[in-house]
Amino acid sequence: MGIVNGIQMILAGDKQADRVVPPAGFTARLTSFTAAVMSFLVVFALALSMATGRLADRWSAELSRTSTVRISAPEAQLEIQSERVMEILETTKGIASARLMRADEQHALLEPWFGPDLPLDNLPIPRLIEVVEESVGPDMEGLRFRLAAEAPGAVLDDHTRWRRPLVDAAARLRMLAVLSICLIGGALAAMITLAAQAALAANTQVIQVLRLVGAKDKYIAKAFVRRFTLRGFFGALFGSVCGMVAIFLLPSAAAEGAFLTGLGFSGMQWFIPLLIPLIAAILAFWATRIAANRTLARMN
Amino acid sequence: MIELKKAGFSYGGGEIFRDVDLHLAQGTFHFLTGPSGTGKTTLMKMCYQALMPDSGTIKVFGRDVRAMNRDDVALVRRRIGVVHQDCQFLNHLSVGENVLLPSFVAGRDGLDDQRNLRELLKWVELEENIDQLPPELSGGERQRAALARAVILSPEVILADEPTGNLDWNMAQRLLTLLIELNKMGKTILVATHDMNLIRAARPHVAARVLRIQGKRVHLAGADL
Ligand SMILES: Nc1ncnc2c1ncn2[C@@H]1O[C@H](COP(=O)(O)OP(=O)(O)O)[C@@H](O)[C@H]1O
Ligand SMILES: [Mg+2]
Repeated sequence: MGIVNGIQMILAGDKQADRVVPPAGFTARLTSFTAAVMSFLVVFALALSMATGRLADRWSAELSRTSTVRISAPEAQLEIQSERVMEILETTKGIASARLMRADEQHALLEPWFGPDLPLDNLPIPRLIEVVEESVGPDMEGLRFRLAAEAPGAVLDDHTRWRRPLVDAAARLRMLAVLSICLIGGALAAMITLAAQAALAANTQVIQVLRLVGAKDKYIAKAFVRRFTLRGFFGALFGSVCGMVAIFLLPSAAAEGAFLTGLGFSGMQWFIPLLIPLIAAILAFWATRIAANRTLARMN
Repeated sequence: MIELKKAGFSYGGGEIFRDVDLHLAQGTFHFLTGPSGTGKTTLMKMCYQALMPDSGTIKVFGRDVRAMNRDDVALVRRRIGVVHQDCQFLNHLSVGENVLLPSFVAGRDGLDDQRNLRELLKWVELEENIDQLPPELSGGERQRAALARAVILSPEVILADEPTGNLDWNMAQRLLTLLIELNKMGKTILVATHDMNLIRAARPHVAARVLRIQGKRVHLAGADL
């Protein structure tokens, strides 16, 4: 049976084929329930993977583009070293621009930490140089080496040190989310296989009668496959919609874009969870088909 | 149509048949007799591939049953109508649906068969019972419904296993008449029964041969009935 035939069979149905196998209320409801629960979980795993994906992208984009050189030196040395550093930066490959921050910019940076009234002018605060890298950044180790040789007060802070582990963690989290989705899918397939086998076993008598009047395995399997596919689909549809509503109702992302409040879908991503019922239906279709074919081959 | 050659069969330890030779030619009418427990049902089951012979060969419509896969068996069963001793209905379906079951599973589009159903049920006098469930029927009604189901696909061969077992004499004669009518239409018929009166009643109307199971073999009975 091709895919087109399969879809046709599921949608069009066969009233008689549906009737020949008596309805099994309890397994039916259990299957739909499981599909719903699994789909609900998949929605969260999806949201997590999207959120961590966005986070990882943002962080790695930022960390690869900017770094800072901090110069702390005695007053007399400060100006000379700053100029020396600027020269070095301007002649380093991989650096798009380097800019000495103005005093008021530095004050603005420090203000949240010390308040507006601090007499910064009287403190020996370091000079900061903002470095914007090209897409292929500079050789950080070489640069650090030259700076150490020519401007001993300069420290290159390339942000990698503290952001790299975060990006790694985000990527790892995303991988775990994707893995969870796969595992949930596998569990759903396993559970539908068991339910289908139970349904077939419960209907041994019916199957025997169908065979006596000339039913092929395909016909018998069809009645079960259609049922479980529809249960999988509608269960998953319900679960996914519940999951999406739950995600939608999460408090919206705060200005800081804190990690947890960023959990959710943005724009077109809202359409992705709608694929869950389709995938659940495909899983149910194949799980039942394989289970039915195997069970029917054994029932002789 | 159905041919057994040196066919042997046993259930686990209990041997039922040894070296059975039997030929049901097209258009013939056979009775199969023998005391209860001698293997009438077993022999019929071998004829529609519910049981495989342990030895010897069985050919159905010219094909060796050992060479058939499950789909082949299904197709053969659509050409053999069986009235099972225990009817084998689906109790959650109506009488009408049960009679149409062979048509459903054969994937026929059903309109012709729906029309046939009306006529068939009239023929076995069950038009009134079309929407009832099988457990609501009497023994005789069930066996007539079983006969209707056996012929819905207009099979070439009809195997009836004690079809009059639950019937009073009147009803038994009516059912016999239906089977004789089918034979006149060219169907090959095998009726298992231990009711000698039924066989005698058939004599004037059809050239039936009588097979008797004896000593694990099937013999053609003489004129001593
Ligand atoms: N499934 C089975 N397993 C073991 N023995 C069986 C089975 N079915 C029938 N038998 C035995 O085989 C013998 C023949 O049975 P059956 O063919 O039903 O006889 P009949 O139809 O002539 O009454 C009986 O002795 C019966 O007990
Ligand atoms: Mg019997």
